[in-house]
Amino acid sequence: MVILPDSFHDWFASKGWSIHPHQRALLRRADDPATLLIAPTGGGKTMAGFLPTLADIAQNPHDGLHTLYISPLKALAADIKRNLRTPVEELNLPIRIEDRTGDTSATRKKRQRADPPHILLTTPESLALLISYEDAPRMFAGLKRVVVDEIHALAESKRGDQLMLALARLQTLCPDLRRVGLSATVEDPDAIAHLLARHPDRCEILLADPGPPPEISMLKTKEKPPWSGGGAAYSVPAVLEQIHKHKTTLIFHNTRAQAEIYFHNLWLANDEGLAIGIHHGSLDRQRRERIEAAMVRGELRAIVCTGSLDLGIDWGDVDLVIQIGAPKNVKRLVQRIGRANHQYNAPSKALLVPANRFEVVECIAALEAVKAGDLDGEPRGSGPRDVLCQHILITACAGPFAADDLYREVTSAGAYSALSRVEFDDCLDFCATGGYALRAYDKWQRLLQRDDGVWQLRDPRSSQRIRMNLGTIQDADLLKVRLRRSRGGKPLGEIEESFAASLTPGDTFLIGGQIVRFEGVREMTVEVTRRADKKPKIATFSGTKFATSTQLSARILDIFAQESWPQLPGHTADWLALQRRVSRLPQQGRLLIESFPHDGREHTCVYGFAGRNAQQTLGLLLTKRLEELGLNPLGFVATDYATLIWGLDALTDAKPLFDLKALREGLEGWLAGNAVMKRSFRAVATIAGLIERNTPSTRKSGRQATFSSDILYDTLLKYDPDHLMMQITRTEALRGLVDFGRIEEMANRVGDRIDLVRLDGVTPLAAPLFLEMGKVPVKGAAEERLLAEEARALMLAAGIA
Amino acid sequence: MDGHNFTLAGTQLVALGSGALWWPEERLFCVSDLHLGKSERIARRGGAVLPPYDTRDTLNRLAADLARTNAQIVVCLGDSFDDVGAAQALPEEERLWISRLQAGRRWVWIEGNHDPGPVSLGGTHLAELPLQPLTFRHIAHPLASGEISGHYHPKAEVRTRVKTISRPAFLADSDRVVLPSYGTYTGGLRSSDATLTSLMRPEAVAILTGRNVHAIPMPR
Repeated sequence: MVILPDSFHDWFASKGWSIHPHQRALLRRADDPATLLIAPTGGGKTMAGFLPTLADIAQNPHDGLHTLYISPLKALAADIKRNLRTPVEELNLPIRIEDRTGDTSATRKKRQRADPPHILLTTPESLALLISYEDAPRMFAGLKRVVVDEIHALAESKRGDQLMLALARLQTLCPDLRRVGLSATVEDPDAIAHLLARHPDRCEILLADPGPPPEISMLKTKEKPPWSGGGAAYSVPAVLEQIHKHKTTLIFHNTRAQAEIYFHNLWLANDEGLAIGIHHGSLDRQRRERIEAAMVRGELRAIVCTGSLDLGIDWGDVDLVIQIGAPKNVKRLVQRIGRANHQYNAPSKALLVPANRFEVVECIAALEAVKAGDLDGEPRGSGPRDVLCQHILITACAGPFAADDLYREVTSAGAYSALSRVEFDDCLDFCATGGYALRAYDKWQRLLQRDDGVWQLRDPRSSQRIRMNLGTIQDADLLKVRLRRSRGGKPLGEIEESFAASLTPGDTFLIGGQIVRFEGVREMTVEVTRRADKKPKIATFSGTKFATSTQLSARILDIFAQESWPQLPGHTADWLALQRRVSRLPQQGRLLIESFPHDGREHTCVYGFAGRNAQQTLGLLLTKRLEELGLNPLGFVATDYATLIWGLDALTDAKPLFDLKALREGLEGWLAGNAVMKRSFRAVATIAGLIERNTPSTRKSGRQATFSSDILYDTLLKYDPDHLMMQITRTEALRGLVDFGRIEEMANRVGDRIDLVRLDGVTPLAAPLFLEMGKVPVKGAAEERLLAEEARALMLAAGIA
Repeated sequence: MDGHNFTLAGTQLVALGSGALWWPEERLFCVSDLHLGKSERIARRGGAVLPPYDTRDTLNRLAADLARTNAQIVVCLGDSFDDVGAAQALPEEERLWISRLQAGRRWVWIEGNHDPGPVSLGGTHLAELPLQPLTFRHIAHPLASGEISGHYHPKAEVRTRVKTISRPAFLADSDRVVLPSYGTYTGGLRSSDATLTSLMRPEAVAILTGRNVHAIPMPR
């Protein structure tokens, strides 16, 4: 227990603040090994996490690192630094606070290792890097507390698993380390407590007063939402009106591309010249920092943003949150709403803006769920082994280690508490030799076991390569975008390589709210000019795609089943009625399939309502069947409700497609060869250290030297199908991307009640699917046919044929 | 033989979907950039320990092609080994396999930039092979004609009405053919790269490899 010095009480009083009960509780529990605080935004959560540290250092001067603060966002670390400075300066505390992220300069980083501050604010990736250095024990000596902020966000991803492995390492270096987790409202606090605690220690959960319920509704607009599309441009006048009426408005979007388009549209209509900024993860750091600073100074009336502003940054006087596009997930919606009104005990105000009429239904379902306090979430399985492989390599970088010790340490992380020794040894073998059935070049293995049984790097220089490839964030390959100048123009941000490859000089696209003209690619940089003489293509950012939760999906089906829709706006009710007239509405216990031609291709739309992952798998299975039936499928896209497949020929009989037995039999063999597996493999192999995204020579040698990860996948599939990487890929795909269980559940629920409806063109309900991202190509006979067609046309045009 | 038939210096040649070049009249089979032993070299240099099946896979495809064509002469256009060390480190099994493939055939190793000088395997080692009216060498000579070379690992992209498709490709014009790389662990260089656009004549074609071959005007 830490007693708060009088000076702190005086300081709180001078601010007119009182100490919240949960802040008191954390002080009381300062000596507990682990505590999880669940509090709404604006509840003084961060202060609660730091008070024990500030009070302890105030009374017991400390040399070196005292508290480590970890947040999922660089911006959050910078923000906390700013916020902590006030009490530290005003209370005249002998505390040095510094942040350390990917953006920190090399000299500063070096100095931090030699002379660490009292409080270090960092991210999971920077921490992983820190524990990979040989001098980690010296740097972390005396560390007493670690505060993990926004732990609910980390708990959903491999970043969290990596962080908890790093904490296990730190706990070995500093046995008395106390852990505190700060979380927004979640559906399963016990699961997060299990991740945070040193297994099998207990972790107390503190629940702060959740505050008053939010004021949340759908934005009323004069314009109707369009039939399809994600832009929500129709809402621009109504949103501008709201910006005008409020001090500061945050306008959340689900994807970066949508944020770009919306920002562009807002500016076109911004006759009053209201100060509106844009913030998302693909923008250049300096641009982001400028916006953040302007936000803090209160100079912006609105900020168009994505998940990069999702987390608990204190953006000053935000009094309205607008969510553009359906929220997809009730929990996230609640957390976003919490961004407004950063005052405890004042209700947050939020408006939902559906981007199209399907999303109107989704928004209504989400509003009903928020009212019912019905949060959603899927449990995660045990700790992923690719992250463990990377952790083993990180450990080896820091120095020799004994396998027994490392196994004990790793299984003290909650997510890995059930890891068997055999599984651990497989990962170690993979890191050491590659773990192949064929032992071809054992003398070049990465890790060697010394005669005393201890493991170490064969070549100490490989630590540099390992460090260059740390982290679990899987961004698509990104290229920097710069204005073309004689000596390197202004950086604007980044776009995906695949998008860059689709551009030809003269094409235009949106980035950072401006239209730029593509001039060419030079040395991994996209060069653009400001000449905008064409309608922009939209930069495609894959980013994080939210899956609509299954709870929301079920609520939507219930709404569809209604005779009429008094709770929906008239236009949406009319639209559903139109769908019911033109085709049908999907219903529980039946499976609706629509078949129609569009844009030179045949389409099949399957409304399974089985969740994004299962719909994705369904797409894979069905395209395989279509290929076998000779219908030349070209690709598909899946949402939480439906799978849209396109190809060269029309589907006329659905029955042979949905033979569950054939589907199940097809699953195993076919799963192996598909694009989703390759995508999973790429991520897994990159995290585990098999694929090095960065090598000392990457930049110079260009693309010719690299070859696609698909080649490695195909090779392993052919010669070593049970290799660890293939096992992990299969596990991940089955858990995350495949979800075959829900297809079976759907098939059993539906039985033979399949309705195949043939139509002349796109139906109202199918239209939004055309704008979904994440299209999966099918490499089959159709590709050869297309190439032949195109080759013939090109040769003819060139007069060569 | 399935493939794209074309003429160079009055000689009938066939570009095969596997990425090999076939000269029916001479029963000559030509591949480039096998990069055997690549995974070994990467591991030796402290990089990732990649699946050590690349040599096996490349040889599997080579063996299938040789059986199919029943070639009398085999020309490997250089960079057959990822480096000299990789050639020396080749496991005995794969060494014997190559010997079996060589039996009853004339086999020519052309020097590459990765594997200069003779390697310790049977066959003839040459800097280049003149075989009237054609010349086989590793890196194209801008002024040459009737030339067959490799080195660049060319690939070509086609924008179809539905999507962009990228494949390893032969580049061919009236002076030369540049072969795609045949090795399993190899990437490609886009035909639109300045090196290739300045090397090839404006009317050059790209022959995309794969299940079927497709000739198109070389994308620039």
